[in-house]
Amino acid sequence: MTDWPLLSLTTFLPLVGALFILAIRGDAQVVARNARNVALLTSVATFVVSLFILGYFDGASAEFQLKESAVWLPGTVISYSMGVDGISVWFVLLSTFLTPICILSSIGAVETRVKEYMVAFLVLETMMVGMFCALDMVLFYVFFEGVLLPMFIIIGVWGGARRVYAAYKLFLYTLLGSVLMLVAMLAMYFNANTTDIPTLMAHSFPQNMQLWLWLAFFASFAVKVPMWPVHTWLPDAHVEAPTAGSVILAGVLLKMGAYGFIRFSVPMFPLASEYFAPLVYTLSIVAVIYTSLVALVQEDMKKLIAYSSVAHMGYVTIGIFSMTTQGVEGALYQMLSHGVVSGALFLCVGVVYDRMHTREIARYGGLAERMPKYALVFMFMTMASVGLPGTGGFVGEFLVLLGVFQVNTWVALFAATGLILGACYALYLYRRVVFGRLTRDDLKSILDLSPREAFMFAPLIVIVIWMGIYPITFLEPMHASVAKLIDNYELARAAAETLSVAAR
Amino acid sequence: MMYVAAIFLPLLGSIVAGLFGRFIGDRGAQIVTCTLLGVSALSSALIFKEVAIDGNYVTIQILHWMQSGTLDVSWALKFDTLTAVMMIVVTWVSFMVHVYSVGYMSHDPAIPRFMSYLSLFTFAMLMLVTADNLVQLFFGWEGVGVASYLLIGFWYQKPSACAAAIKAFVVNRVGDFGFALGIFGVYFLFDSVTFSSIFAAAPEKANEVVHFFGMDVNAITICCLLLFVGAMGKSAQLGLHTWLPDAMEGPTPVSALIHAATMVTAGVFMVARMSPLFEYSTTALTVVTVIGAATAFFAATVGCVQNDIKRVIAYSTCSQLGYMFFAIGVSAYQAAIFHLMTHAFFKALLFLGAGSVIHAMSDEQDIRRMGGIWKHVKVTWVLMWIGSLALAGVPFFAGYYSKDTILEAAWASHTWSGQLAYVMGVAAAFLTAFYSWRLLILTFHGKPRADEHVMAHVHESPAVMVLPLLVLACGAVFSGWLGYEMFVGHAAHDFWRGSIKVLSDVHGAMENLHHVEKWVALTPTVVAASGIVLAYILYMFVPSIPGALASTFKGVYLFLLNKWYFDELYDFLFVKPAFKLGRGFWQGGDGALIDGVGPDGVAAATKSIAQKVGKLQSGYLYHYAFAMLIGVAVFVTWYMFNAR
Repeated sequence: MTDWPLLSLTTFLPLVGALFILAIRGDAQVVARNARNVALLTSVATFVVSLFILGYFDGASAEFQLKESAVWLPGTVISYSMGVDGISVWFVLLSTFLTPICILSSIGAVETRVKEYMVAFLVLETMMVGMFCALDMVLFYVFFEGVLLPMFIIIGVWGGARRVYAAYKLFLYTLLGSVLMLVAMLAMYFNANTTDIPTLMAHSFPQNMQLWLWLAFFASFAVKVPMWPVHTWLPDAHVEAPTAGSVILAGVLLKMGAYGFIRFSVPMFPLASEYFAPLVYTLSIVAVIYTSLVALVQEDMKKLIAYSSVAHMGYVTIGIFSMTTQGVEGALYQMLSHGVVSGALFLCVGVVYDRMHTREIARYGGLAERMPKYALVFMFMTMASVGLPGTGGFVGEFLVLLGVFQVNTWVALFAATGLILGACYALYLYRRVVFGRLTRDDLKSILDLSPREAFMFAPLIVIVIWMGIYPITFLEPMHASVAKLIDNYELARAAAETLSVAAR
Repeated sequence: MMYVAAIFLPLLGSIVAGLFGRFIGDRGAQIVTCTLLGVSALSSALIFKEVAIDGNYVTIQILHWMQSGTLDVSWALKFDTLTAVMMIVVTWVSFMVHVYSVGYMSHDPAIPRFMSYLSLFTFAMLMLVTADNLVQLFFGWEGVGVASYLLIGFWYQKPSACAAAIKAFVVNRVGDFGFALGIFGVYFLFDSVTFSSIFAAAPEKANEVVHFFGMDVNAITICCLLLFVGAMGKSAQLGLHTWLPDAMEGPTPVSALIHAATMVTAGVFMVARMSPLFEYSTTALTVVTVIGAATAFFAATVGCVQNDIKRVIAYSTCSQLGYMFFAIGVSAYQAAIFHLMTHAFFKALLFLGAGSVIHAMSDEQDIRRMGGIWKHVKVTWVLMWIGSLALAGVPFFAGYYSKDTILEAAWASHTWSGQLAYVMGVAAAFLTAFYSWRLLILTFHGKPRADEHVMAHVHESPAVMVLPLLVLACGAVFSGWLGYEMFVGHAAHDFWRGSIKVLSDVHGAMENLHHVEKWVALTPTVVAASGIVLAYILYMFVPSIPGALASTFKGVYLFLLNKWYFDELYDFLFVKPAFKLGRGFWQGGDGALIDGVGPDGVAAATKSIAQKVGKLQSGYLYHYAFAMLIGVAVFVTWYMFNAR
């Protein structure tokens, strides 16, 4: 099976499922049921196929693997080429892992236009997986932007009351950054005469040019991460998106920016990355402290978790630009665990939203009495979000802070305040929703997790514990690729130094 | 195998009781958790014999944990004398508390959950004391924090319990913040987080200077200070102590287990464990001494005026932890651990005894509404006396041996901080005796101040609650003189076998304490006796004096009653500003500034420009003709000027 185009298969399998769904005819009930089943089946199948990727992946090698290449636009250097390394392989799996859970969570929550909803989700999956696999700059750009379309539709059609505002905000924010990135890509093509990502990684751009290119890419990726102060689209998008949309948004879409930093900014513009690292540190620290404080005063559950995501992603950007092994691996790890944990937290909100149709914290309280299972799951995920050792959340934060401490103690000091603030807002939320006395009449008949919901959380809990107790599984395949990234970065820095010494 | 089982059986019990509590029922959950803990306690006794007495130190690797760059961490269990002592304390007190809880919590609707939390806590605490590296210690450290959070908030319907739970977790997190930075510093310095390699490399790094936080400082000093911040949080030392009294919102067995006997001593344990590092930093040790002494004194003063029976004991715990820390500060680690052990027994006894009183008084906790009940609860009364005698350091009870050792060591250290600690410690000993007897007298003696309804119900607790008390009472009476020779006497060197490191040529407190002047050793006993006498005078013989004193020195009284206003200060400095800032950032920063200038502003601007431009298209021919004429005029003028 090694010669199968596994990556393309994983990428386009959901699209095939989407075509099937489009072909479904009949009365609304049947269509909805069949659409759900097909979507679930397709996404599970995609996940299984993606496991094969992991099976064939050689963690000891730093090279791109399972490479595929085909002519795409004849007469140009642009080609269809795919491949994964130890960095991207996990994000492919994260995407394929979260999608079936999202589809499962939509059953019962989405009742209108089910067919179109499922199609949108499967298209979204294709775009996400494709983006993490793409090895051609143009192909990457297509997928990177392509993700926006289904997301825009999911929020705009199945969202809450202010869905149109949120959808446009998301779209315009991200598009603005992307335009600059496109220009930068053109400039890179004219300089290096290729759009192949591995080749570009080996190419060294002139120092001055690096600065401008870095900034252009930064504009795009910073919005996606999102970094302070271009984060304000996120709370709105989260609040208005349907639950499953939020899960994907927090779980995968936020990772695209940071992935971009690791794939483009750091390896292709190492000098600029070093030059701008203090800027990234500053913005990230502001993000950690500022958004944590903002999260503390939120009255909407989803907004609170959305702000906490910004804070958590602050760790990621700090880790990446610390350029130490622990920092980068910690950042990657934090991305994976945050993908699972914040996804699970949004699902937790979804559970009560489906029952009460409100996200206002004040409308809840004392849920522990009626919903012990839910209380347990929510507590577990809250603790994972706070970064309790033994859960996935800890390993990432710990490695990031450990890594950055070696480079800059001040950054570590300020970022570590997130440990305290994170506990404040997360526990405060939990207290207001789950603890307390059950006083409201409409809550007195609220039901605990259904078997479907329990089934949905089970894999998430297993993964979070696994990531906390035995993170080696996930760290091991990263080592080679991260080592190569850092070596190249150090080489480029050393080369620039000798150059500047020679020039003097 | 037994070694591993001793640690993981409580976890098993916790999982079974927690997840399957509904199937096995209340009784089933109690049986499972108590049995497994009993097995664990017996195993620890065997481990104590093999490890501490016979000296077979072992480290058991369980699983690889993290590996990234040069960082390599494993799940591993380290057994040495220090661990073995801690295991005995933890498992036995925990076992007693488990059994006691069967009786105490019998009317609670959520018994399996409670038992599950208790066992979970025990597991985390065992992981903490058996850790062989700093990160695993941190795992246990945070684990006990969560268990404590869950148990304080056990009665989640009570708003005060929820608030106390969050406060405990967050204040502990402040400590953990320091602890985490300390771990990073240690890794920076030693390139490892495993104890054995850190300790091996410590001597050669003794004088290394690093540039941390913009300062050039001694590397080991800064690491030790950061780690000590963690210890301060967990062990409720001055500044980070505010959570401990509030933690009394939890059920009383929890207070006994977590907030007296075990978890709060984790800080003391951690610093003792890190003794090979702390020994190389005189500065850090001095800080530890001063903070410890200040806490011992501060908490004792507050303890004298509190009216909640559990809060009095809570402040007493805080104060006793202060003793342990200044013992550590003068390098008398052994004495600190000795006091930790004796304290665990008598403080758990006091707390469980207090629980028994509360149980008897129909959940009344205010000692002003007790009194005169000794005839009805004779066993509890005797046991509380024993606990208080041990706490006050009355000769031949457990506290006498350990506390006197600490005070002598402080004096014998011949440093200014040690002498200061001695003075503060003696003052605190006086106050300790005073508030202990104030508590005893107000609770048990004098005239009943509760209403008849309550008094009619006063009854002795069932056997399942009394038996654990008896066991702990044995500890409170005998653990002092049984342990003295081993822990701090002449056999100490062979007992500790390198699990604690003291540079005895520099820090000679442990050696010198046997040769201090007579009066140094005698003073604590004398002041304790006078404290007791004073309490009798004030509360038994002339009960009008305390009220008069309180109204005469109203300022001092309020200052003490309000716990030196720490809570108010923190509320003013941190809590309120945090919410205010958050709201400001949200509405001002995100809303007005970023969105206002950014997306919303741009959108609004686009819209208004479009509207204005739209107005130009009025549809009247003469408007357009007029505009055209003006245009022609402008162009012609421009052309004529340029043509010149």
